[in-house]
Amino acid sequence: MTTAANPTIQVRVTAVLQKLTNGQKAVEASGATVGAILDDIDHRYPGFKAQMYGPDGKLHRFVNVYLNDEDIRYAGGVDAPVKTGDVLDILPALAGGA
Amino acid sequence: MSVNVYIPTPFRHLVGNRASVRATGSTVRDVLTDLDTQFPGFRAQVVDTDGRLAHHINVYVNQVEIHSLQGEATSLSNGDEVAVIPALAGGANTVLTPEMVERYSRHLIMPQVGSIGQRKIIEAKVLIIGAGGLGSPVALYLALAGVGTVGIIDFDVVDRSNLQRQILHQTADIGKRKVISARETLEAHNSNVNVQVHEVPINSDNAFEIISQYDIVVNGADNFATRYLVNDACYLLKKPLVDGSILMFDGQATTYLPGKGCYRCLYPAPPPPGMVPSCAEAGVLGAMCSTIGSIQATEVLKLVLDIGEPLVNRLLLYDALSLEFRIVKVRRDPECPLCGDNPTIHELIDYEQFCGTPIPHAIAD
Repeated sequence: MTTAANPTIQVRVTAVLQKLTNGQKAVEASGATVGAILDDIDHRYPGFKAQMYGPDGKLHRFVNVYLNDEDIRYAGGVDAPVKTGDVLDILPALAGGA
Repeated sequence: MSVNVYIPTPFRHLVGNRASVRATGSTVRDVLTDLDTQFPGFRAQVVDTDGRLAHHINVYVNQVEIHSLQGEATSLSNGDEVAVIPALAGGANTVLTPEMVERYSRHLIMPQVGSIGQRKIIEAKVLIIGAGGLGSPVALYLALAGVGTVGIIDFDVVDRSNLQRQILHQTADIGKRKVISARETLEAHNSNVNVQVHEVPINSDNAFEIISQYDIVVNGADNFATRYLVNDACYLLKKPLVDGSILMFDGQATTYLPGKGCYRCLYPAPPPPGMVPSCAEAGVLGAMCSTIGSIQATEVLKLVLDIGEPLVNRLLLYDALSLEFRIVKVRRDPECPLCGDNPTIHELIDYEQFCGTPIPHAIAD
């Protein structure tokens, strides 16, 4: 449920993650921080976090998360606050070139 | 004698914007005088203060430069083709032949390129990692543009499943070494290009020796170990790296300049083996390769010509399904072990161990 304290935002994932989101490229999620958003996605699409997080409880280092086109690593990490209208992009590394 | 004189674009304004004019004279010198009579001021453009043909002007008679003949005294016959081509500053040894002037005319007439820019393209040496999905369109467009030296490194053999997207190879090439097939295709398109093939897998033992021969490196690799290897080698050798990758319906592209971030800044650690599929496992839409590949070729040419803004500190994201292009910002990570403030990597490492997977090699017959 959207509230000012828990905004609902759009989260976009690349093709290789879409099997975890019922084939959708963009999903909605609610939360006050990036971490809370990722938790909410996992709530709606169980198994999502398991793909994104390592055994140490932190985001895999080959997955990049962008909040409004900025890498969250330089913007507060998973504690970065989220507001209405923000867009989150989740990008795992691609190797394909052949 | 009545001859046809080919006038290159930079001089056309002197002759009423024509590409070709008729002139009379028994020698090249006479013809230049006649051109000056027909078009006052023409001679002043092509001679030095001592009245002799300027050093930066090449004159060809029937495709042969007059320095190999009798210079301005070269005698002419009716119907001969004379061409007057300016060789502007930069690249003392690079001469634009009439064939090149016609071939690259769409470059020459753009102010951002011109004959100076075309010379830079001809003098450039670009290495392409992989002659596959991405390597194919990059190599092709760079060869078409006239990049003088194109290096291709690939140890694989053409197979039928490649033909859905690897535009350097055709059905008749199945079974052929990819670098050989690549060279044949590129030479058929533009014989001015010197294609250097490296029919070896790139590894920590040869990466420095190979990459150091080139100015710019383009990544078309298909596995993480090679990506980290090429990234490290390019940074340590201070070479720009134009990166690209594709999978299914997504593509990415960016340009790394030493000191402005590297692949490790973006992806500090590779995924565990098996977690991110390859194209062979997940598939890829063929046309994706040319979308990202031609962006990579464009980036190379922009670096060579020093024009526009390359994708430095910008990661281009391409979603083919929604047909969206987006750019996200990428930075140099001050803690990057390779290019950060306190680097710990000063030489190439064992990348297969780093990624936990062997670098795929073709099985040689």
